Amino acid sequence: MDVTSVLFYVFSAILLISGLRVITAKNPVHAALFLVLAFVNASCLWMMLGAEFLSLTLILVYVGAVMVLFLFVVMMLDVDLEAIRKGFWKNFPMALVLGVVVLIEMLLVVLKNPLVTMSANSDPATNISNSNKLGWVLYTQYSYPVELASMVLLLGLVVAVALTLRKSEKAAKYQNISKQVATDSKTRFTMIKMDAEVEDKGEAQ
Amino acid sequence: MMDLLQQYLGHDLGYAVWYLIKAVIVIVPLTLVVAYVTLAERRILGFMHARIGANRVGPKGIWQPFADLLKFVFKEIIIPAKASKAVFFLAPAVILICALATWAVVPFSPELYFTNVNAGVLYVTAIGSLGVYGIILAGWAGNSKYSFLGGIRATAQMISYELAMGFALLGVIMISGSLNFIDIVNSQSTGRLAGSILSWNWIPLFPMFLIYLISGVAETNRAPFDVCEGESEIVAGFHVEYSGTPFALFMLAEYVSMVLVSALTVIMFLGGWLSPFPQSWGILGQHSMAWLVVKVLILLFGFIWYRATFPRYRYDQIMRLGWKVFLPITLVWIFVLGAWMVSPLSIWQ
Repeated sequence: MDVTSVLFYVFSAILLISGLRVITAKNPVHAALFLVLAFVNASCLWMMLGAEFLSLTLILVYVGAVMVLFLFVVMMLDVDLEAIRKGFWKNFPMALVLGVVVLIEMLLVVLKNPLVTMSANSDPATNISNSNKLGWVLYTQYSYPVELASMVLLLGLVVAVALTLRKSEKAAKYQNISKQVATDSKTRFTMIKMDAEVEDKGEAQ
Repeated sequence: MMDLLQQYLGHDLGYAVWYLIKAVIVIVPLTLVVAYVTLAERRILGFMHARIGANRVGPKGIWQPFADLLKFVFKEIIIPAKASKAVFFLAPAVILICALATWAVVPFSPELYFTNVNAGVLYVTAIGSLGVYGIILAGWAGNSKYSFLGGIRATAQMISYELAMGFALLGVIMISGSLNFIDIVNSQSTGRLAGSILSWNWIPLFPMFLIYLISGVAETNRAPFDVCEGESEIVAGFHVEYSGTPFALFMLAEYVSMVLVSALTVIMFLGGWLSPFPQSWGILGQHSMAWLVVKVLILLFGFIWYRATFPRYRYDQIMRLGWKVFLPITLVWIFVLGAWMVSPLSIWQ
């Protein structure tokens, strides 16, 4: 067995174990961290396939941004584990049925289509990196789907802002930054002329 | 060298040992630079504050970094009660590994690099975005409200400035047409203004250069953006519960990423190892690693200078600067740059 296959099995094993720990870890923060580990290992597997752009983007987007915000929220929330566990056995049969259905569907797809081996590697003959290649394909052949996807994302962005926007004027306090910056010493303090010494009335004696 | 090792140790082991040696060759000088940046910081800050600074250990205080290190190593490591122990020790390791791992793709000259990968810029941004985990986990694991507040502040700040940084880099990528650092530096020596300081990216990309420089300071959580360890508000922020060696790791990581941001700014915008003088000037006109080092040292001096000069930003001002000022400017400049590149006025053809 060569080094590449050893690495593949190591990464896959860690991926599977950390995936399992995401749903079994008692502490929600630890669960989120195992999810991060799973993402990183998935990224390593992609890197081994030669898909460096996808692999690094997975880390940049999911690990670097999405999971950080996720962790942020999980840390701030006061999660009551007992309340979550309460309905576990009641909902278990339904979850089991759903899980089995999904498993069968996945197996059907995998078994029906024979596994195709594809090379994501950059073409050594032309020496074009696969980020370059991906860029060409996305902005020529698939330019309409890319535009469509970007519009959907933009819509999501606007909706997220619209949902959290509170219109009541009393609740929101705005600062006028240019007004803040435009202040000078005259508006902030005044000099008062006074004598250097004040005559002591002699009450202390 | 690698062939020799592979001859004695077999193909795979020789390969691994060779890269291990290379890693040591990169990391040891880097650590020394970091050690002396801490000393330089104390001396320069002292000078700017009209006081003396650390000058007791050795002549002019040159052994001070080693004295500091010894002190850190022999201090007791205190673990707070109810701290999440594994995460508590994971955090400094994560932050240091991320800071050091980025150096794997940074070239020092066209021939001298650890690895020369196609997606270098992407790798640096990806690993750089992992560094925030060290801070957020350190803040959480210590089981202290002050450190948690520091962690939360750092997270929001780093995510905001990462975006501006990424967009600033997009301009560089547009000009060089490559994610490879060596190509990026080489592309700065070509074009209509080739062979002079004017062909480096900092002139045509001046707004992006400034934004990258300032975001770099924010990204390394240095003053004036050091709200995550604001001493006057939250004691020492995310690393308030750390002592001894783990604390030293945080310090080391902070300075390593400072050197890294300086090096990246030099490579992306200031021509890397390119000489500012014409080729005919003999040794001054040669492109060499010495130029890279000089430029990095100038930027590092800047980092210390800002710390002595600017008062700390208010938190809402930091957020406003990142989202409402830097991000729109970079977005607009990308369109301006695109139009410029296809127009007859383009200086890159």
